[in-house]
Amino acid sequence: MIYLLQQALNALQLGSIYALIALGYTMVYGILTMINFAHGDLFMVGAFFCFLIATILKLPFVPTLLLSMAGVAMLGVFIERVAYKPLRQAPRVSAVITALGVGIFLENFTLVFFPYPQSVPQLLANVTWTVGGVAVSSLQVIIIILSLVLMILLDTLVRRTMVGMAMRAISWDKTIVPLMGVPLDLVISITFAIGTGLGAAAGTMYSLAFPVIDPYMGILIGWKAFIAAVVGGIGNIRGAMIGGFILGAVEILVAAFLPSTYRDFVAFTLLLVLLIFRPYGILGRPRPQKV
Amino acid sequence: MRSLPIDKKSWLGRLKIRYEAILSNRRLMTILLVVGFILSFLIPRYNLVNQYIQLVMMYVGINIILATSLNLINGYMGEFSVGHAGFMAIGAYASAVLTMQVVPDNLLPFLFPIEVIVGGLGAALVGLVVAVPSFKTRGDYLAIVTLAFNMIVKSVFENIEAIGGPRGIPGINRLTTLPWTFVWTVVAVWVIRNFVYSNFGRGVLSIREDEIASDLMSVNTRQVKLLAFVLSSFFAGVAGALFAHLLQFISPRVFDILKSTDILIMVYLGGIGSIAGSILGATIYTVLLEVLRPLGMWRMVMMPLLLVLLMIYRPRGIMGLREFRWFVPLHDLLGAHWWRRKKEASHAAAD
Repeated sequence: MIYLLQQALNALQLGSIYALIALGYTMVYGILTMINFAHGDLFMVGAFFCFLIATILKLPFVPTLLLSMAGVAMLGVFIERVAYKPLRQAPRVSAVITALGVGIFLENFTLVFFPYPQSVPQLLANVTWTVGGVAVSSLQVIIIILSLVLMILLDTLVRRTMVGMAMRAISWDKTIVPLMGVPLDLVISITFAIGTGLGAAAGTMYSLAFPVIDPYMGILIGWKAFIAAVVGGIGNIRGAMIGGFILGAVEILVAAFLPSTYRDFVAFTLLLVLLIFRPYGILGRPRPQKV
Repeated sequence: MRSLPIDKKSWLGRLKIRYEAILSNRRLMTILLVVGFILSFLIPRYNLVNQYIQLVMMYVGINIILATSLNLINGYMGEFSVGHAGFMAIGAYASAVLTMQVVPDNLLPFLFPIEVIVGGLGAALVGLVVAVPSFKTRGDYLAIVTLAFNMIVKSVFENIEAIGGPRGIPGINRLTTLPWTFVWTVVAVWVIRNFVYSNFGRGVLSIREDEIASDLMSVNTRQVKLLAFVLSSFFAGVAGALFAHLLQFISPRVFDILKSTDILIMVYLGGIGSIAGSILGATIYTVLLEVLRPLGMWRMVMMPLLLVLLMIYRPRGIMGLREFRWFVPLHDLLGAHWWRRKKEASHAAAD
């Protein structure tokens, strides 16, 4: 039982990181109906920004997190303006391939400067408490609470503010809504800034929890977060959060009860089974198809 | 077909007439293939080019098979499959296990084609299973299914100790030769081209344009999808088998999502829905990666940049839904009129 609780805590930690990245995928998809495959690598860039700020500027945790988020958000907006915007009218796949290209570029550009894995300095004093036999580290608690706060903030932003209303309107219809005076480019930029900023937050927290970072770390985590977004129903913000936590829970539980090499196998098989029964994800609704 | 007026006096016009004359001579393709086939024997026999270039040529062939077979699903059928390396892995492992554990050493060179076919059949069998989810799901959800499939395949191979687990299979005999690569490349391109221009191929194209409408027009979409997936995965398996016997070492990590991304890039670089595009894309991508090798680590920085620039200025890739004339059957190229006249002539002859 204690073992189970311990694993549940780990699952929450991993799940909140997946959920934060999945949010970036799902937001961009909701607005542009485009899968931003560079998102996993922006997560990696976030981790490296955190590493650079922590080693060169030697700032404490909160400014590091904020600077890293702001830096990656600017990078995300820049990428959207330079690489994705010219392709808005192009076939959807060209945008996807461009995103793949941007991702590979980010990986290898980082690799040129950091050919070896780097270890991130410990920004937070890690205290471990024992609550009823369960070891709870302060880092875990901070990661989980911070992620939840960010998610609640995002949810409020999307549901209760003018910006959020503009986002929802544009994801509903991209042709009519700009005619009503909604600035399309600005809203898309804001979406990219928020999505990639959340990815950077995930990267920073990930690099604190697992302090060895390398330029290829974003690939697998990015694809997994994408799967989380699809499981929740891509384009749906609450779905992405649920999907992230489900994926985290499945991965940790499989690793807890089976040899850890079975982790990917069982996790992905479960996802396939889920997609067979709910082909549009947990919260996603199929769009009606017309001939 | 669009034809520009040709100025017969200018050198450009004369060049264009010459070019048209060469292109309309279809026997030339047969001649080129025969010459290529003979060259593929002569080059390794007399070392006409150095070993390194021979190796690159073989990789180009394998990549052409991979790109053309993926183009069938992603380009002609309009799905988004991102797990092609998974099929490749099955073909590679099936044939490598045959080489290492089943077939006696002295028979290896003779049984190699059978091994390659077995690899392809193994991949095709799994392709059959992957095709089933494609009946219900499309687009990004099918992308997830194929992605998960790729990761599952990798994970399964990592967990089977009998075939080396995560360490893979080292020291596979080098059986892939230039002639074999050439033959398999030609066979793959030929079969896929014929499939695309067959009745089933029309079904594949109609699924890309509108699945529901093609269903209403009595296209058996399930059958067509099943066939396309099986054919595509068969050739991915063939490519995997050739790859394993060229690299001489395979491990689950070779066939991860990065390999799939590579194939995707080749397809979209060349242009979807075009066999000539896949051949070009695979050749350019493979050769460019080798040419840029002196750049060292900057090579993999330049490559994606070039890809992004190409996508921005030519979003449909190099060929993009257009086809090189030699790959289009005559009756498609010349139109229904010619076809009808030929039929009438044959009827008249029969009467």
